[in-house]
Amino acid sequence: MAQFLQYAFSGLTVGAVYALVALGFTLIYNASGVINFAQGEFVMLGGMVTVFATMAGVPLPLAALLAIAVAVLVGISLHLFAIEPAKGASAVTLIIITIGASILLRGLASVIFDKRFHALPAFVPGEPLRIGGASILPQSILVLAGAAIIVLLLWLFMSRTLMGKAMIATAANRMSARLVGINTVWIICASFAVSAAIGAVGGILVAPITLTNYDVGTLLALKGFSAAMLGGMGNPLGAIVGGLVVGLLEAFGAGYISSAYKDAIAFIVILLVLFVMPNGLFGKAGVERV
Amino acid sequence: MSLLSVRDIGIEFGGVTALQGVSLDVRPAEIFAIIGPNGAGKTTLFNVISGLYLPKQGRIELHGKDVTRFPVHRLSELGLSRTFQNLQVFFRMTAVENVMVGRHLHEKRGVLAHLFALPSVKRQNAETRAKAEELLAFVGLKGISDQTAGNLPYGALKRLEIARALAAEPKVLLLDEPAAGCNAVETAEIDEIIRKIAANGVAVVLVEHDMRLVMKISHRIHVLETGRTLVEGTAQEVRTNPKVIAAYLGKHAGEDAQHA
Amino acid sequence: MKMPKISQRHGVVLAILAIVLLLPFVMPSNFYFRIATLTFIFALAVLGLNLVMGYAGQVSLGHGGFFGIGAYAVAVGPVHFGIPGWAALPLGAALAGLIAFLIGRPILKLKGHYLAVATLGMGILIAMVFTNEARFTGGPDGMSVPRLVLFGWAVRGPITWYWVSGITLVIAAWLAMNLIDSPTGRAFRAIHDSEPASGVLGVDVARYKLTAFVLSAVYASIAGAFLALYDGGVTPRTADFLRSIEFVTMAVLGGLGSVIGSLVGAAFLTVLPQVLTVFHDYEHIVLGLLIILFMIFLREGIVPAIANRIFGRQR
Repeated sequence: MAQFLQYAFSGLTVGAVYALVALGFTLIYNASGVINFAQGEFVMLGGMVTVFATMAGVPLPLAALLAIAVAVLVGISLHLFAIEPAKGASAVTLIIITIGASILLRGLASVIFDKRFHALPAFVPGEPLRIGGASILPQSILVLAGAAIIVLLLWLFMSRTLMGKAMIATAANRMSARLVGINTVWIICASFAVSAAIGAVGGILVAPITLTNYDVGTLLALKGFSAAMLGGMGNPLGAIVGGLVVGLLEAFGAGYISSAYKDAIAFIVILLVLFVMPNGLFGKAGVERV
Repeated sequence: MSLLSVRDIGIEFGGVTALQGVSLDVRPAEIFAIIGPNGAGKTTLFNVISGLYLPKQGRIELHGKDVTRFPVHRLSELGLSRTFQNLQVFFRMTAVENVMVGRHLHEKRGVLAHLFALPSVKRQNAETRAKAEELLAFVGLKGISDQTAGNLPYGALKRLEIARALAAEPKVLLLDEPAAGCNAVETAEIDEIIRKIAANGVAVVLVEHDMRLVMKISHRIHVLETGRTLVEGTAQEVRTNPKVIAAYLGKHAGEDAQHA
Repeated sequence: MKMPKISQRHGVVLAILAIVLLLPFVMPSNFYFRIATLTFIFALAVLGLNLVMGYAGQVSLGHGGFFGIGAYAVAVGPVHFGIPGWAALPLGAALAGLIAFLIGRPILKLKGHYLAVATLGMGILIAMVFTNEARFTGGPDGMSVPRLVLFGWAVRGPITWYWVSGITLVIAAWLAMNLIDSPTGRAFRAIHDSEPASGVLGVDVARYKLTAFVLSAVYASIAGAFLALYDGGVTPRTADFLRSIEFVTMAVLGGLGSVIGSLVGAAFLTVLPQVLTVFHDYEHIVLGLLIILFMIFLREGIVPAIANRIFGRQR
């Protein structure tokens, strides 16, 4: 039981980060139809900028804010200088552009920062908490709480603000949204900014636990995308559930079956789910209209 | 004996009934029209007949054989072909290649022979192409064979779909709004094409909004309203039927069913 | 452009043949032969990917896995089972085809991004076997591959492999062009544009998707075997998901649905990193920038975009 809990805690911690990446995928996808494979780089930027800013003597909270600002700036630039100029290109062309952006950002990070692994000190120092025989780091709780707060803020933003409602309208039908006077370019831009911020916060929170370097974004994008698809593309709730499920599967797979095959278990489950539910856990089954 | 037989078809989408208790029979060489206000379920019925949607109840018979659960591609082997209301042209292929795909079930398959372009494959390719060119000429599209379909105007694409469907040598041909977007001259041409097809013994099932065309060429007309059969009969019978008049006036009064 | 299809078909094959025949005259050193050989090998895999992605319109983010099966077949076969390389290569191709056949059935029912993630998962699962079954594969460090010996002749060195891979690419392109202009190829392209219309016309959509998938897996596997034999070694890096992404990037950059585009895309991502080494640490920055710029300005892919500009709006 203690072991089970232990795996569950670590699975949820990692899963929370996957969920944030998946949420980022979903936001951008809903607003623009683009699958952004540079999503993992926002997480990388969050961690790396914070690490290097604190090393330069900037106090942690300020460093974290700076990292979020940098990620948001990068997200907006990605939209303005790479996605918007390619407007009307096919989905696969846009995906390759985001892959190019991800290579570019990794290259920039390796030059501006370095290629080594870095860790941040835990934000909340202290002994691991004992729960049911399992121990959990205070930082892990912070990650989970942070992710929950982000989700809550996002939900409030979407349901309570005009901007959020405009984003939902754009996701539902871009053409109609434009007709009722929503500036969809601005909305897509905002979705890149919000996605980048969410990714960066995830990267900052998890940096003390999992280490960070210029290259962490690749795997995170892979897992986040898989999680988003598992949940059902375009469904924010699905993204969160998908992320947590992938994290838990990895942790249990590594713990009970084989650490070498921990990713295998996650992907086998994803494949099996898709065979039964071809639109993911929460995806809508569409009727083909001809 | 009827060629195509639709028996008590019912289907719903997300709890909304799109068709209920629809039955009809189509005989060889007959021009059979299905009409009704927007949302009456005409295209849905086509999709059920051609195997794209599985009905919740009822069955479809071709040559007296129950084909309700047949996969789509098997139905063409039994002589069913169709066109699409909203155009399902192969936009990246040339006009003649579009029609050549229609010959698919009459061509010898075998990936290895195709990979090595054996002489028999080359010969077959030439035959298929010749047949396709003939059909393009039949629908009045001579001389555009090697143009990419995506670059052709709407009217040409409508005919291209007819040629493509004919390439399969169907016994039953479903035409979904063949005259949509056509001017008077083009409509007259479509009229003539449909008559010729039927004269060859093919049963033509027609969904069409151009009432003048429908009344002129149809042997029988089946009227749907909100997924149910209203009446069926000759043009004369349908035209004078008070229920039909009400249904079409009702449409103007805004009682247009929005589903399906 | 009123050219009959037949001559266009032969034109593409002849163009690739001409490149293979003429390139040696302008290449000053073995290093160039090596780069050209790698280009041809990757082009072979991308050509296969193009059959399923460019023609049949089914995305695959897992072809690195099939590439790896070919590569490990010529490594594991001779070392652990005493199968000579010349026999291990077709066996590997058959195995890749079989796995594609078995996995393809359920996977190809998925559409769009769901298909992408399923193929991605498939590729990762295959790669994971290479990393973890160290008894056979040497684990993360990989293993060395015995030289290919054909009728007592050891196939080795960049110049020999240049010709082997170049001629194979020409044959592969010829086969692909034949296929594209056959009932099978027309079925692929029809499925890409409209599945309902294809089905209504008698095309067994599921079967042809599977055919394209299996063929492309065989192409990728042969390419993988070539790389392993040429390099004399193989590591899990040969087959990881970055390889899959690289193939897709090559296919899209060169132009989906273009046989010449497969070669151009492969050349772009093979030659460019070599050229960019002059930028040292800035290599990836420039590479990423170039990919973005090419995709913005030649969004249909390099070859179709240039062809459109020269010949007007034609296929």
